[in-house]
Amino acid sequence: MKQSDRDLIDVVAENCSRLLGWIDDRFPLSKLWKEHLSGYYAPKNFNFWYVFGSLALLLLVNQILTGIFLTMNYKPSAAEAFASVEYIMRDVNWGWLLRYMHSTGASAFFVVVYLHMFRGLMYGSYKKPRELIWLFGMFIYLTLMGEAFMGYLLPWGQMSYWGAQVIISLFGALPDLGFISGEMISEWIRGDFFVSDITLNRFFALHVIAMPLVLVALVFFHIMALHEVGSNNPDGVEIKKLKDANGKPLDGIPFHPYYTVKDIVAVTVFGALFASVIFFAPEMGGYFLEHANFEPADPLKTPEHIAPIWYFTPFYAILRAVPDKLTGVIAMGAANFLLILLPWIDRHPVKSMRYRSPLYKALLIIFAVNFLLLGYLGLQPATRLLGEIGLRAAEIYFMFFAICWVYSASRRRNYHLTATGILIALVSIGDALRWTGCNDPTTCNAFSLERNVLIMQSWLIPALFIAVFLLLPCYTRLNESKPVPDRVTFK
Amino acid sequence: MKKLLIFTLALIFPVLGAAAGDGAALDLAGNNLANLKSLQRGAKYYVNYCLGCHSLKYVRYDRVGRDLSLTETQLMDNLMFTAEKPSQMMVIAMPVDDAERWFGRAPPDLSLAARSRGVDWIYTYMRSFYLDDTRPLGVNNIVIPGASMPHVLAEMQGYQIAHFKEWEDEEGNTHEQFDRFELIKPGKLSAAEFDMLVRDLVNFLEYVSEPVQVKRQHIGIGVLAFLLVFFIFAFFLKREYWRDIH
Repeated sequence: MKQSDRDLIDVVAENCSRLLGWIDDRFPLSKLWKEHLSGYYAPKNFNFWYVFGSLALLLLVNQILTGIFLTMNYKPSAAEAFASVEYIMRDVNWGWLLRYMHSTGASAFFVVVYLHMFRGLMYGSYKKPRELIWLFGMFIYLTLMGEAFMGYLLPWGQMSYWGAQVIISLFGALPDLGFISGEMISEWIRGDFFVSDITLNRFFALHVIAMPLVLVALVFFHIMALHEVGSNNPDGVEIKKLKDANGKPLDGIPFHPYYTVKDIVAVTVFGALFASVIFFAPEMGGYFLEHANFEPADPLKTPEHIAPIWYFTPFYAILRAVPDKLTGVIAMGAANFLLILLPWIDRHPVKSMRYRSPLYKALLIIFAVNFLLLGYLGLQPATRLLGEIGLRAAEIYFMFFAICWVYSASRRRNYHLTATGILIALVSIGDALRWTGCNDPTTCNAFSLERNVLIMQSWLIPALFIAVFLLLPCYTRLNESKPVPDRVTFK
Repeated sequence: MKKLLIFTLALIFPVLGAAAGDGAALDLAGNNLANLKSLQRGAKYYVNYCLGCHSLKYVRYDRVGRDLSLTETQLMDNLMFTAEKPSQMMVIAMPVDDAERWFGRAPPDLSLAARSRGVDWIYTYMRSFYLDDTRPLGVNNIVIPGASMPHVLAEMQGYQIAHFKEWEDEEGNTHEQFDRFELIKPGKLSAAEFDMLVRDLVNFLEYVSEPVQVKRQHIGIGVLAFLLVFFIFAFFLKREYWRDIH
């Protein structure tokens, strides 16, 4: 390199650092960079499951950017919405790519968020001192569901229309209190007696302005809370307890550059999967873009089978499993509410499932599989057998929280026996209410008999589940936790 | 009399719809979007046999011409019968009110039929018209029983009748199930040639349902190839940085 080149580089470098100095005197740029990236110490033993937070952030940016460009060509009116989406798909340069990135991004967002939440469950990331991170996270999840629900109406296809119609009418199940009734709430949400142009307009406003603002604010709080207490890790060990002479955690490494370069790898792999869907299967077999949604909304023609989009179906299955509509709506709300309360339900001192008992591991795996099962059932048409399985799956969903509560501390045998009795009694009462009586011979036909037999047989599912998870701890050593190491394990 | 007929139809339609919902096995269309000749033939058949009633209101003539490698003269002479400018949409002149009076319901726009119904459905539907005296137009369809569409391609396919077989379920109720077709009056084309024609038509409909589809897949291969190369760099960069972490 010539001397003159070297001088030039020095001059540029000096000017850059003077510019940075000028900014730092007026705005904490270097300070923020250091606090949140180069000087933010994260545990060095993060595994595969720790990439989904970054990916969720990436998808939020993707949704906002593609959303802005879609908004430039979309027309939020019942008469024009469907045609404007097709206009984007055909006549807007790269409009198809924007639309597929946005529609696939919505589903991918939920995939990533569900995996991110499951990571939290596995390693106890919601436990003290991270309750608020979990709480903000759950609010993000709920807001995301609202955002997705409103966004799904915008293409104004048959499934957009009827999905919204069904979900909004759920509020109609709430009781009439005189001054306010469920029906009034439904009307207030729609702004009309049925889903109409007015509904589409307000959903558009909420989808592109209100919800994204709330989402971004909540994500900001989520990350601020995380950076205040520090990240959990697969061992559930607090790295801040052991620090070196400089006050740096012994098992921590700076987020930048270590996790930024690692996340680039994760983003590339994720990007390949994401691109595979966008370019080769944007409908994803009817799960990401439903076939019926390629027909324009027709208020006079109800589709044969209305199923919500896949990310809502676990909760939809719980709603449908309960024979009484109001109880079903309450159960669906409770299913979310219990997740929010998880830090105060599961108070077991061991965070990571790695060091928790074999029974707890089995419980968590069953919870996850059961959640997938509920998701599958929510997509299927309701038959008697599937409905029965759905109800049992919903019961197991709720039992998870009850058993987590029992496992939170070491309890006496009588406590376990009483809990077993109470839970089995609750299940049996539910079944007794569904039982078809045979006092009147006209109602006592083959159909009702068959139904009662099905109830009796499937009663064994929750009963066995409760017996295994509440009685085995009393008579075996299967519910003993392993000792938690002082330092993280790192291979 | 007509009102009575419509009323009866309205009554039985949901039942028939339900029967079709869990029924008729669909034949595989086996069309290929990369086959330009097939797409061109499909476009020709569509404008000749379908575009009188079924619009493609989201599709522009010039886009079809470009994507199907047609010159503007070829496009104007062969595909544009009613439109004047190539940038026009493929709309129809039939008023909706008249269409409803003539057929009971207006023929739907088919821009997205291949995406909402699927290619196999259209392929099977187009080959499932059979003679039925009870219908106003003399033909019925296995895929949509009571369909109000006439057998437009009769000239090509000829006329077939449907044979049904009866079976009894456990409770002793008899059900009628479609068994097979029998061609009683041949058309201009043999059965294999007719299938080919419908396949071309379906191919064209799949193309118009998403004109960018072939291009999209080409771009996708490029994107994946780039990400693969990028992955190699990202992977080794990560390994280099993490070398000193123990």
